[in-house]
Amino acid sequence: MNNQASSRTPAGTRVPGTWQRRLRIVSSVLGLTGLLASLPLVDSAHAQAWEPTRTVEFIVPAGTGGGADQMARLIQGIIQKNGLMKQPIIVVNKGGGAGAEGFLEIKGAKGDPHKIVITLSNLFTTALSTATFDWTEFTPVTMMALDQFVLWVNAKNNAKTAKEFLEQVRAGGGKMRMGGTGARQEDQIITVSIERATGVKFIYIPFKGGGEVATQLVGGHVDATVNNPIEAVAQWRAGALKPLCVFDDERMPYKARLTESMSWNDVPTCREAGVPTDYVMLRGIFMPGGVTPAQRDYYAGVMRRVRETPEWKKFIEDGAFNPSALEGDAFVKWLTRTKEEHRGLMKEAGWVTK
Amino acid sequence: MDELQSLMHGFAVALTLQNVLLMFLGIVLGVLIGVLPGLGGANGIAILLPLTFTMSPTSAIIMLSCIYWGALFGGAITSILFNIPGEPWSVATTFDGHPMAQQGRAGEALTAAFTGSFIGAFFAVVMITFLAPLVAEFALKFGPPEYFAVYLLAFCSFVGMGKGSPWKTIAAMMLGFGLAAVGMDTVTGQLRLTFGSTELLRGVDFLVVVIGLFGIGEILLTMEEGLEFKGRSAKINARVVFQTWAQLPKFWATSLRACLIGCWMGVTPGGATPASFMSYGVAKQISKNGHNFGKGEMEGVVAPETAAHAAGTAALLPMLALGIPGSPTAAVLLGGLLIWGLQPGPLLFVEQKDFVWGLIASMYLGNIVGLIVVLTTVPLFAAILRIPFSIIAPVIIVVCAIGAYTVNNAMLDVWLMMLFGVVGYVFKKLDYPMAPMVLALVLGDRAEDSFRQSMLMSQGSVSILWSNWLVGGISTAALLLLLWPFISALRERRRRVVL
Amino acid sequence: MGQPEKDHRGVVDTATMEIVVAALFFAFAAVVMFDSYRLGAAWGSDGPEPGYFPFYTGLIIAIASVVLLVQGVRLCRQPRAAFVERGQFKDVLVVLLPALGYVLAIEFVGIYLASACYIAVFMVFLGHYTWKRGVTVGVSVGLFAFVLFERWFSIPLPKGFIERALGF
Repeated sequence: MNNQASSRTPAGTRVPGTWQRRLRIVSSVLGLTGLLASLPLVDSAHAQAWEPTRTVEFIVPAGTGGGADQMARLIQGIIQKNGLMKQPIIVVNKGGGAGAEGFLEIKGAKGDPHKIVITLSNLFTTALSTATFDWTEFTPVTMMALDQFVLWVNAKNNAKTAKEFLEQVRAGGGKMRMGGTGARQEDQIITVSIERATGVKFIYIPFKGGGEVATQLVGGHVDATVNNPIEAVAQWRAGALKPLCVFDDERMPYKARLTESMSWNDVPTCREAGVPTDYVMLRGIFMPGGVTPAQRDYYAGVMRRVRETPEWKKFIEDGAFNPSALEGDAFVKWLTRTKEEHRGLMKEAGWVTK
Repeated sequence: MDELQSLMHGFAVALTLQNVLLMFLGIVLGVLIGVLPGLGGANGIAILLPLTFTMSPTSAIIMLSCIYWGALFGGAITSILFNIPGEPWSVATTFDGHPMAQQGRAGEALTAAFTGSFIGAFFAVVMITFLAPLVAEFALKFGPPEYFAVYLLAFCSFVGMGKGSPWKTIAAMMLGFGLAAVGMDTVTGQLRLTFGSTELLRGVDFLVVVIGLFGIGEILLTMEEGLEFKGRSAKINARVVFQTWAQLPKFWATSLRACLIGCWMGVTPGGATPASFMSYGVAKQISKNGHNFGKGEMEGVVAPETAAHAAGTAALLPMLALGIPGSPTAAVLLGGLLIWGLQPGPLLFVEQKDFVWGLIASMYLGNIVGLIVVLTTVPLFAAILRIPFSIIAPVIIVVCAIGAYTVNNAMLDVWLMMLFGVVGYVFKKLDYPMAPMVLALVLGDRAEDSFRQSMLMSQGSVSILWSNWLVGGISTAALLLLLWPFISALRERRRRVVL
Repeated sequence: MGQPEKDHRGVVDTATMEIVVAALFFAFAAVVMFDSYRLGAAWGSDGPEPGYFPFYTGLIIAIASVVLLVQGVRLCRQPRAAFVERGQFKDVLVVLLPALGYVLAIEFVGIYLASACYIAVFMVFLGHYTWKRGVTVGVSVGLFAFVLFERWFSIPLPKGFIERALGF
């Protein structure tokens, strides 16, 4: 197929400016530009613009197999399959300390245009709880999508709506268990938000990954979860779990039937269902601080083309993502607002003092 | 026999020339990945995943799962030859495998390891073929208390093994637990023992410690013992495979136990590493030759390898049937399934029959192909020991450094590896046992997480560990195993009194 | 190397090493207990606090290390056995020190160059090979590792100025 995608052009250098040009000349003398010219140009409009000169590291601030990791590997696959970048792109997991490790690497790589990072909510939660980095120290490239959260219960539970379920929780007197991924991360934030909004009490039990959480719910070890759609869709279709409501201000747009009677679109919003809480999770791409606009625009362009591929569209629909994609100022505005929301929620929960 | 019919159909899907070639390619790549420490199955598959995007899902999964089996096979090679576990689950293989190699029996050890692996995997595949839905149902019964009980069981089966000073055993084991606690606490998200260092956020990785303790420590000891710069004698004989096979049938009981332990630990996501330790521990306590374990006993190679392979294979079952990965490698495979547009879960067996049965058939074929490939390499690998030490030693240190680095892409890990190399050397000389330490390191945080999750569930009451027959049964079995040395000592004494 | 005669005098005796190791265990235990106490080491309303297990881990190490310390002191009264002889110790250092130097070199010149040099130096000075053979083996291992990791597996390992000049 497209072998050019994986072949490498050892031309160019890390040093910007005249050095770069000089080394380009050297490499062209060595005949390497011949190899360069044989490759199809990725984006002819950007022929003059910046392009990576060596392997790009795609950092995932989470472990292998999770939502962010899956998305990063999908993006990597789409880029390679469609030849969207000349240089190879490789995924590197740095999930230590709830992602702090990965973000600190990006923070430390100031000005390095060969590193990009995919984010999840830990861009805010880990930043606030460890106070070691902040999104403003990075260069926002683009929002890829927003991940939804759905309130799930076991299919054997006789509650038909979120409201009925919360009545059960209230009657349970604070003994019902909510399973979630990680501590003081998005799942626990949602749990606390529900508690604040409705006055019920859960016992929150943290697990290591979303798949594990969904399985614990199927096995009846916890009473509810706020899994992302993609983490629990298989169990829903198999009739083991049922969705009660989605934590967004609008219903999910996907109308394809997944079970005999329901599509994602049939899941009410939590607000409709009487639980005034909403939360969505950022899936976005960032670069280290101090990179040039041309470098940022390059990746924004690549990601835009990723979003146009059928593979991406299928992934977004299968995972019932909210396909919002923001760039530039609109994205910055969104980030500023969302961070403040997180600060408020985490302060209320007593996890941060500032 | 619906399953048999489906399986035959699966063979028809899997047995194309292209797929068989992919199997060979996958196994070879996998062995290569398994041989290099740090570049584990999960990493290897993640890296090679994009290669498969242009293939059909069935071909792709056949190739990837063959890489996985290749890595399982390959992990044993460096364990036996150089005392460096290529994979976490081959740590227990070093205990008897490396002494065998030192005695010039590397070929036998490798053959025993590979054959054991094959038997374990085969057993697990048969189980997957015929019992998949039942087993998946059983795996669902495992919540935090059950996990904790399983970890406890793995632990108890291994404790009480050492002969040296009990205080040294305790100190070493607790050192393992202490190191496992470094990093972020899963349950509260607080940082432990990092002292503000961002490098320590990720914790101390098991593989880094093990590469240091065993690999580097072994080189230092070799130097001291004055084996120095001569190549070791290694009898190499193409018939070694058949000679070893002739000895293997007498370990049938150990193999069977190892298969069962492996399947059990693979399905309940304990994984291959605890399975290998547990199988080794149980074999040592039950076998007639138990007292010889650690000195180069073939049974001590068969037990952990068989269990690790059975667990590694069985771990794919929860992934297919429930969509939960039983191991990090399975997690990456799961990502692959999603990219090809396949949704793992209960419906996969119904909606993607070709794919599932093609995969299961490829497990049979891949393992047979794997066994053939690795057995032909036995003389080759055994011959490595003939290379003079002054060439192989620096190469081993380089390979260890690369391995330690690739675990987390961090230089600190390379320094830690050297530190643990010295620790390994000193511990060995002072008779501090290392096996309890590595077991504590690998199971420590997982056991603690599941214990604290259980405590959250029960609001601080330990009685949850006996709250139903399953968890109660495992907990009780664990305690019995823990007390077994005392019980047998008591019985011994009573018998003597009677006489 | 195979020197005909080895120096059999002891560098340090086993009892001293036992005491040193026990003391190091105690120090480790103290650090663990201190940090765990800071995090909270009690049994809270919903189970153990984050420092609970590490704290008791540390406590058990501390107890064990005290016992081992006492045993070590008692060992001093018995006839002394050498932990390591001078000749042996020299052989160990001959491997250990260059290995540490190698790891340090990785930080500055990247893993490939450092590995090539390390293997060559080891072979020439310790194995008494000719420079030609040492350099050949060293460079081939370095190159093979480079092709394997950077090209085939796309795993970035630490790189230095050479790789950078070549555009990696």
